[in-house]
Amino acid sequence: MTGEVKFLQGNEACFEGALKAGARFYAGYPITPSSEIAEMASQRLPAVGGVFIQMEDELASMAALVGASMAGAKAFTATSGPGFSLMQENLGLAIMTEAPCVVINVQRSGPSTGLATKPAQADVMQARWGTHGDHAIITLCPTSVQECYDLMIYAFNFSEKFRTPVIFLSDEIVGHMREKVVLRDDIPVINRPFPQGDPKQYMPYKPGENKVPPMAYFGSEYVFHASSSMHDETGYPNNTAQNADKVIRRLYEKIYDHRDEISIIKEFETKDADVLFISFGSAARSSREAVNMMRKDGIKAGLLQINTIWPFPDKKVRQLISHAKVVLVPEMNLGQIINEVRKLSEGKPVFGVNKVDSTIITPGEIVNKAKEVLQNA
Amino acid sequence: MPKKIFDYIIEDRLPFFWCEGCGNGIILKSIAKAFADLDLDPKNVVVVTGIGCWGKADDYLSTNSLHVTHGRALAAATGVKAVNPELKVIALMGDGDGLTIGGNHFIHAARRNMDITAIISNNFNYGMTGGQYSGTTPEPSFTSTSRYGSIEPPFDICALAKAAGAPYVARATVYHVNLLEKYIKNAILKKGFSVVDVINICPTYYGRFNKLKSPVDMMNWLKNNATTKLEEGDIYNNKFAIGEFVNEDKLDFSTKYASIQKNARELSIHLEQDLSGR
Amino acid sequence: MKTRTEIVLAGVGGQGLILIGKIVGEAAALFEGKNAVQTQSYGVASRGGFSKSEIVISNEEVAYPEVLEPDLVLALSQQSYDMYRSKIGKDSLLVYDSDTIRQGECSGIALGYPITSTAVNLHNLKILNMIALGILARLGASRSNIADFPSYNSLKKSLEQNTPAQYRNLNLEAFERGFKMV
Repeated sequence: MTGEVKFLQGNEACFEGALKAGARFYAGYPITPSSEIAEMASQRLPAVGGVFIQMEDELASMAALVGASMAGAKAFTATSGPGFSLMQENLGLAIMTEAPCVVINVQRSGPSTGLATKPAQADVMQARWGTHGDHAIITLCPTSVQECYDLMIYAFNFSEKFRTPVIFLSDEIVGHMREKVVLRDDIPVINRPFPQGDPKQYMPYKPGENKVPPMAYFGSEYVFHASSSMHDETGYPNNTAQNADKVIRRLYEKIYDHRDEISIIKEFETKDADVLFISFGSAARSSREAVNMMRKDGIKAGLLQINTIWPFPDKKVRQLISHAKVVLVPEMNLGQIINEVRKLSEGKPVFGVNKVDSTIITPGEIVNKAKEVLQNA
Repeated sequence: MPKKIFDYIIEDRLPFFWCEGCGNGIILKSIAKAFADLDLDPKNVVVVTGIGCWGKADDYLSTNSLHVTHGRALAAATGVKAVNPELKVIALMGDGDGLTIGGNHFIHAARRNMDITAIISNNFNYGMTGGQYSGTTPEPSFTSTSRYGSIEPPFDICALAKAAGAPYVARATVYHVNLLEKYIKNAILKKGFSVVDVINICPTYYGRFNKLKSPVDMMNWLKNNATTKLEEGDIYNNKFAIGEFVNEDKLDFSTKYASIQKNARELSIHLEQDLSGR
Repeated sequence: MKTRTEIVLAGVGGQGLILIGKIVGEAAALFEGKNAVQTQSYGVASRGGFSKSEIVISNEEVAYPEVLEPDLVLALSQQSYDMYRSKIGKDSLLVYDSDTIRQGECSGIALGYPITSTAVNLHNLKILNMIALGILARLGASRSNIADFPSYNSLKKSLEQNTPAQYRNLNLEAFERGFKMV
């Protein structure tokens, strides 16, 4: 891993990762605890020929991302709960028009304006199902500043390869913590597939490799029509039942067919783990400390850290659960990821370690719960 | 070879889906004629539309187009333009789409002075969903959701655009086609945010609810209520001033941003120093 | 054996505690080859209100990012002093501004220094944080329970790259002054 070494906040590393991935357009609306990303974008993007624009709200920000993406730019935005709610409308637009872009949500405590400066991990299901209609989505969660940087590059790569918006679900703790980060340049950058052949024959939504249509940009020889409404391979409206079925299934399959490739997970001492923690984001940090503490006490604990929460890594979770005696899911909400785990647990009890008082889950709280569960097991 | 209207309108996709008597076809033809007269290359034109009857206009165009969610055409157009200022970006919106659900984007696009042309088909109601009242429905006219007469004062689109800072603002009607074509052309040529408020007729709903049953009745209504004396206009009382309200030159967003891009590398170093330790 | 050195910097928003937290963390992570995490907690106000910056330093990977049992607390307000004085361990240090904070009973080792009056002598109240940093640097060099606190040289380098040019000399002077106060 080579590259410049810095001591940065998670939010700052997100920006550095985006820049490395080739992002050249940012549209957003300021909101705590994500604003550092907008501030850096406003300062640094014009210096590399990119554009930063502060929009009138998050509805507009997300729409501008789609416009920018269609004009050929790698585009991104950053927000938090209240803004993420507004972005749901045009997140659907990005899915339907297959506009690659990345949306960072630095989660804070809700509902509504809630506790603006305090952390939470309660937008997990909103990331999956926040915009209406049947759809697939890719969502990545960082647990460290280095992962903010690395996963941001992956977020852009996935969005470009699969022509889809990718949600980067950070949280206030990871976003504002400072750690050493290597601004590495060994992660290959992927660009959207560009069409080949006669521009007059170009069908902007005719699937190519991986069920993903090659993508032109406005101003190229390949003139095209893109639409939020149901369309066929020409890009123009087609309201037949057969076409709707085909399009919705393809949008879903282009992501779910590649879930193994998209799934990023990390395992800590899972091989012989009797107590298996499954966690993500800042809660995974506490879980790792809990693993260390329990191992010192002679209890075989391990952690499956999920970085790609959507699509959920079913295969890996199912496999690890089968070996564990007890499974616990620490998360800063009242139980969201745990339901995904329970779907795969085949009757094995799965316990939550949940906290919604806007403070981080401590390792001690996780250890106590694990010991209690073990005693009754 | 000079360009023709059907270089921009796809003949195979006709007839239009709009109702008999609707003025949208007149507006679309005027736009295509302006494109042809200005010899625009379809690959350098991006038409952005929102939702509503007029939001379907892009279905007939051979230029690039981006059809987006209700009200957000200008926001999406802003993204397109910001990335590539060389493109001609045209936003087609109705009164519901552009000025009601999308009103916030409208005033901010004008304030920001994005180099986008907004052509508004203003028929005083939501045609596609059955004739409900919009932000431009005159008081006290009747619609499917104002059966006792609308009690909300309407927006004067041109006054709003002017107040928000748009450097080109004009109004025409679908009856005054020569003016309409001229204003659309001027608007496209204007570097900056340009607005053409096109008073349109909706015989199917607005007309039917307001004792203007036939397209001919509505055309006569436009003819009789329009004035080229701008000071005599009174949009609140169905008196339509037609003409150019604003036609001035000021720097647009992209031109200003280009100078930021030019200087950013150097300026950025100073900023690092000012902000560190904040 | 304890593997983590845990530091809390607490006071009021606007005192520059997050900045010195960053300087400490960066010094440890970039100049001393250690692992360091700096976190912060703050309210909605940019100035005023309780503000806290935490640093965890270790030779091992720092999994849990926040402080569990502080080895060193800097208190620059009465509220933050009262919050920690009876909660810290008996070997832990509580460094406070004796000019502005009323002393109470402390469960650890309380060390007061006239930080505000020193800043007044230097004609600038905005350098409280840098004076305090100097004090912590000197203590770090002499107390074994916070031996992982970055050295004078590392802190100085970190300070230099984290302060704007026009304030650099003033900040360094304040840092030196604090260092010599112990």
